[in-house]
Amino acid sequence: MPTSDSIHASEFALKRLKKRHAKERRFKAFGLLAIGIAVMALFWLLSTVLGNGLNAFIQHDMTMDVELTESVLDPSGVRDPDELRKSNYRRIIQNSLYERFPDVTDRKAKRQLFDVISSSGAPNLIRQMVYNNPDLVGQTLTIRVPTSDDVDQLLKGNISRDVSEDRRKISDQQITWVDALVETGEIKSRFNTGFFTNTDSRDAELAGIGGSFIGSLMTLLVTACLAIPIGIGAAIWLDEFAPKNRFVDFIEININNLAAVPSIIFGVLGLAIFINFIGMPRSAPIVGGLVLGLRALPTVIIATRATLMAVPQSIRDGALSIGASHIQAVFHHKVPQAGPGILTGSIIAMAQALGETAPLLMIGMVNFNTEIPNGITDSATVLPVQIFMWAGNAERAWVEKTSAGIIVLLLVLLLINGFAIWLRNRLEKRW
Amino acid sequence: MNTVLILALVVAALTAASFVFARRKARAQIASIGKGAGLGFHSQPGYHGWFSGIISGLGAFLVMIAGLLTGLGLPITLMAMLVVAVIGSFLASGRIQKDFRARTYVEYFIKTLLVVCSLIAVFTTIGIVLSLLFESLRFFEEVPFLDFITGTQWSPQTAMREDQVGQSGAFGAVPVFTGTFLIMAIAIAVSAPIGLMIAIYLSEYAGHRTRKIVKPVIEILAGVPTVVYGFFALLTVGPAIRALAETMGYSVPTQSAITAGLVMGIMIIPFVSSLSDDVINAVPQTMRDGSYALGATKSETMTKVVFAGALPGIIGALLLAVSRAIGETMIVVLAAGRAANLTGNPFEAVTTVTVQIVALLTGDQEFDSAKTLAAFALGLMLFIITLVLNFIALIIVRRYRARYD
Repeated sequence: MPTSDSIHASEFALKRLKKRHAKERRFKAFGLLAIGIAVMALFWLLSTVLGNGLNAFIQHDMTMDVELTESVLDPSGVRDPDELRKSNYRRIIQNSLYERFPDVTDRKAKRQLFDVISSSGAPNLIRQMVYNNPDLVGQTLTIRVPTSDDVDQLLKGNISRDVSEDRRKISDQQITWVDALVETGEIKSRFNTGFFTNTDSRDAELAGIGGSFIGSLMTLLVTACLAIPIGIGAAIWLDEFAPKNRFVDFIEININNLAAVPSIIFGVLGLAIFINFIGMPRSAPIVGGLVLGLRALPTVIIATRATLMAVPQSIRDGALSIGASHIQAVFHHKVPQAGPGILTGSIIAMAQALGETAPLLMIGMVNFNTEIPNGITDSATVLPVQIFMWAGNAERAWVEKTSAGIIVLLLVLLLINGFAIWLRNRLEKRW
Repeated sequence: MNTVLILALVVAALTAASFVFARRKARAQIASIGKGAGLGFHSQPGYHGWFSGIISGLGAFLVMIAGLLTGLGLPITLMAMLVVAVIGSFLASGRIQKDFRARTYVEYFIKTLLVVCSLIAVFTTIGIVLSLLFESLRFFEEVPFLDFITGTQWSPQTAMREDQVGQSGAFGAVPVFTGTFLIMAIAIAVSAPIGLMIAIYLSEYAGHRTRKIVKPVIEILAGVPTVVYGFFALLTVGPAIRALAETMGYSVPTQSAITAGLVMGIMIIPFVSSLSDDVINAVPQTMRDGSYALGATKSETMTKVVFAGALPGIIGALLLAVSRAIGETMIVVLAAGRAANLTGNPFEAVTTVTVQIVALLTGDQEFDSAKTLAAFALGLMLFIITLVLNFIALIIVRRYRARYD
């Protein structure tokens, strides 16, 4: 206790000081709390996604022998591929299953047995094989087909065996079959390669991100071709060549505003101009790429300008002083110095475009595609939109797929951004 | 599409060929005069090459456009392009001589190209305004403007059959806008204090190491696509809020304003914190030092000096955050619902402008129905609101920056 009786050490003053210090601590605690909330939110989000999605990378397959009976598939015996397409492959699969479980005779039980495996995946698999090689008819094949999503969920422990039969999506009888098949090793869990190669499907066990991933790549390619050169060009002009007048001021304000316009508005623009006015195809990566390109344009311009401005004036002046023209000074000296920064900015802008969803809903990229797009004018969808479409399904298997799609998207974004940061640290110059 | 690609490649090839041809010719001409003759030339051979390349390329490009527009066959267009490019190259390389200012022309062309690049941003804005305006005007021919902004009934399903009851289609946008502002208010209420405190803590209290860890985490939050936030809201936050409300004896739907607002608030935190960080750092250190010299604690300096000085900038930042929240789409589409309830209760499902635009413009559409046109009217309103907010925010921030520069 200070014994001085000055006003700063009076009992009242000390009390006040204590109060002020307490306030200081509170304030600091609020700051920590705020950071804590943000970190917790991120942790919560990531754990939701990881917790739900990691399982989707593993899937249960069933190995089965199927006899491609000629009398069922090709009664005429001509082996015409187009005729073979229409044959009854369901029957083939069913026969194989009934043979495996000969004691199943009841019709309802037979249907349930068939539901253990992916009911459209298995016939389609054999159809494709026979179409590619008609000589297979008459032989016996060993194939691996995905189990149905319910069986998959059961084996992953997401469907409880303890609840009564009428309250779960899988019957007691089916559980006994599945257990028997697991016992003999006919049903096994494997890495789910189908998730990366398949397109969208009505059946959760067959749905994959292959199609939408390719769609994303194509869209991004168009976006990059549009936004990066034009954005860099605009930034160079504004930074070096633009006169100082009202019109240029307007362009600058316009670019800043454009960067803050809601992305959905760009989608409406794409719908009205590119699709309805110019008549480009709906749902195509070309339109999506153009829309995202316009969306990314202000970002690229702003990032490029920031890097150009950071290059010291003396570099340009040095070039000018030894007789280079203005264009030469800028393109041979200033822009190369800003190169790494421009590259980083462009890559980050592309990463943003990759995660964009809303504008693509407007131009019809939210559609059901069962084929991988072959070109930028084909109907396609992109990864975030695919995630959006799956997110509407509340069923466990779809939640898993959606989360797995998100994991892939986040990983790709992390890779791209990480690469950009690595590039910046490695190449960037400090003046 | 493939034809366009082929033709574009042909244009590029012709340009390159013309460039190589003219450059070689220029070099040969210099060599024929003698050693050191190049110094007497106004332009280096490369510029003569570029000049020729640009002439041929431009010619071929114009022919390609003309061919595509008039629907000429691929072979005829290709022939015409080739002829034009060759003529252009001969004309251009015919001008190669000492005094020909090829570089000046080439540079003029490059500058023009740069101007065009800058104008594309302007054209984008014009395109947005025009496309929204035209369709909106058509909409307001069918639905009076006053009804649109004052009406309290929103059910845009127009009648499919004449005799259908209750399907007349009502276009009163008030519930849509109240829903938008309600969710925005919740989002700002979450993100403003948290974002600001993060910015303050990081710039005034945190040590180098803390900052190095926390900043990337916040940046990750900013880099997560909005559809992921939407899924998170729908799958986790919504049910969690519902369960919480149930334990307290209330019933809250999974899709509600509070769910969407909370998650949107989390999404905007990094936006607010990075903008405020810039603003707070722009306050000169001398002001802080003056405050400390008077005996103020850090928090007192922060709230009474730095914050007061940074207030205009912070308001600008918050306005940008508001505009961001109003225009956000994916979170509300997944987590807010489509029912147009006119309510101020955050525990009910509400709809927003962006949700309605998505609902009206996805799927099959006829372009003359009021239902589809309503989306453009909503889009126009959204564009105007965000434009005004951004504009005010930019002016405030700019003035604020000028204050301490």
